[in-house]
Amino acid sequence: MNSFGSCKQPLKLLSIYNFFLSLNTTPTATTGKMTSLSAKDKNTVKTFWAKVAGKEEQIGCDAVSRMLTVYPQTKTYFSHWKDLRPGSAPVKKHGATVMAAVTDAVSKIDDLTGALLSLSELHAFTLRVDPANFKVLSHNLLVVLSTMFPDDFSPEVHVAVDKFLAAVALALSEKYR
Amino acid sequence: MVVWTDFERTAIQDIFSKIDYAVVGQAAFSRCLIVYPWTKRYFGGFGNLYNAAAITSNPRVASHGKVIMEALEKAVKDMDNIKATYAELSALHSEKLQVDPDNFMLLGHCLTIVVASQLGKAFTPEVHAAFQKFLAVVVSSLRKQYY
Repeated sequence: MNSFGSCKQPLKLLSIYNFFLSLNTTPTATTGKMTSLSAKDKNTVKTFWAKVAGKEEQIGCDAVSRMLTVYPQTKTYFSHWKDLRPGSAPVKKHGATVMAAVTDAVSKIDDLTGALLSLSELHAFTLRVDPANFKVLSHNLLVVLSTMFPDDFSPEVHVAVDKFLAAVALALSEKYR
Repeated sequence: MVVWTDFERTAIQDIFSKIDYAVVGQAAFSRCLIVYPWTKRYFGGFGNLYNAAAITSNPRVASHGKVIMEALEKAVKDMDNIKATYAELSALHSEKLQVDPDNFMLLGHCLTIVVASQLGKAFTPEVHAAFQKFLAVVVSSLRKQYY
């Protein structure tokens, strides 16, 4: 009946088991992501994002311009725009919208799922963007950050921001299915 | 059969003529090991790759970064025959090194980011697109001999 067979101290084993169980009750317990954002990651992202302040529109515009130019399959989502060229009016406007949302996510980095709930519903039910494209935009954002902040965008900052954008993409995918 | 526009040819050759292979190779390869740590699995013999500082100062990482750039230069020198140029390298990566080909574009991403930081504004969306196309052809050629 004792599942530990010939173990002589079942009660001690049970308390050890309970100890390990208790370790998994923090809010940052695994949620199926590759890794969660550590406190260091969050700090790195916030510190770097402070440098980005004021340049959001330029960054957003450049990132969306690149996405449409380098990965033309993404243009299929914007067939309703009159002008899809880099730096055009709709591209500029949309870049600003996207960057504002990403900047907002930085400020709510401790609860991305909650922060991105309505945006997730929008992307899932109305826009129906294939979530594989989130990675594409993320990559282009990283390229822009690299051109604009070559000295600050170190490998350590790069990995933290990449992880953050992956977490944002995951939160954005929550409502899909 | 890859068709390159004049703009694309010029853009690629221009990039490679401007960059320092030792600097860019070291930066891109070390960034790949740092940002995508599972890629370290292929470099067990390279010594200390334990953290970003160790990777950045590792001499074998630096020299291998340069080797990678010199191999890419072969493709730049003969852009109409990239598949043939990389037939042997593809077999090597598949049969001897046994690298998961999904990793090739990870290095490609890091190289793009390093080139972008070097060229700044000159790395326009159009130049970026040409570079991405080049990398896609390289990766596709490296995948060819996998079975």
